[in-house]
Amino acid sequence: MLSVMKKFVNKVFRNLFRKKSVLKIGLYGPPNGGKTTLANRICMDWLGEEMGVASPIEHETREVQVKEQINIKSGNREISFSLVDTPGIATKIDYENFVRKGLSEDEAKQRAKEATKGVIDAIKWLDNMDVVIVVLDATRDPYSQVNITIIGNLAARDIPVLIVGNKVDIRKADVKKIKAAFPQYDVLGISAKKGTSIEEFYEALFVLAG
Amino acid sequence: MSLTLQFIPYQEIENLSSLGRIRKLLNIVKEKKIVLLEGRLKKEEEAELIKTTMEEINQDFKGIELAVIYPGTQNLDFVRKLRVQFINALLGDRQGLTIVGPASIIKEIKKDPNRIQLLTLEPSKRQSGKKR
Repeated sequence: MLSVMKKFVNKVFRNLFRKKSVLKIGLYGPPNGGKTTLANRICMDWLGEEMGVASPIEHETREVQVKEQINIKSGNREISFSLVDTPGIATKIDYENFVRKGLSEDEAKQRAKEATKGVIDAIKWLDNMDVVIVVLDATRDPYSQVNITIIGNLAARDIPVLIVGNKVDIRKADVKKIKAAFPQYDVLGISAKKGTSIEEFYEALFVLAG
Repeated sequence: MSLTLQFIPYQEIENLSSLGRIRKLLNIVKEKKIVLLEGRLKKEEEAELIKTTMEEINQDFKGIELAVIYPGTQNLDFVRKLRVQFINALLGDRQGLTIVGPASIIKEIKKDPNRIQLLTLEPSKRQSGKKR
């Protein structure tokens, strides 16, 4: 009963707050799911410029990045928001993994140090979000505890969520498995890199944030 | 080289603060033991556990592997779903099992709704953290 009341109060306050300030849409997920690639796709489509650097080496994004004043239009509808690209959330970071991917030991240690701070910041920023897009790599196992923890925390904060199964251009991508893992959420298969189903993604964003 | 699994009954963490629960789990994991906790942490505590883990990562401690098994209500008929939901409401966070282990020992925990697989690193490679 108390939690229902808490959720109701949170929702009312969030809606009041939303009318006064700019909507914040966060990109969350584990490392290398394609959050920055999706952020770049959105920014290129609507601002004509990229937001950050995507890389095959994990933890390329180690600081929370914010791109303000993005306006998305479709017919008579329009939403304006700040896009927040967050570092990938992980439960372990080993600098030796970066060394194996070609970084020097010093670079790898520095990257690991920054990556741990990035995870902490990403978790801290959860409370600032109005809407969250959880970006999962559709070629990987969706039942990881990091995914469940992120989505569970968003649900606990009553933040609207869209789950994106990214990398559908890769043959072993399995969006159905993500849908089976999170049946109570809308799951959309996209390829942020190739632009596959990106129009459907914007439609879903209108429904979620509009 | 042997693996140590330490079982923690829910009553041992029941009256601890969130910080106390996290501290207890991390202290055991840092002793290179795998924790089997009866029940589960709150969602906010899981996020806090990840945050605290990140704060404490260093040359010796590379992080954790974490998995929570909780009785779901998917693929159940209406009556059984109602029964499971009732039991879950009654027992709260006491239901289920949480597994936390050091990343230097556990390579990966694979989980699907019906089974859980704990993949460990080869003993000879645990010191350097190199994977099989």
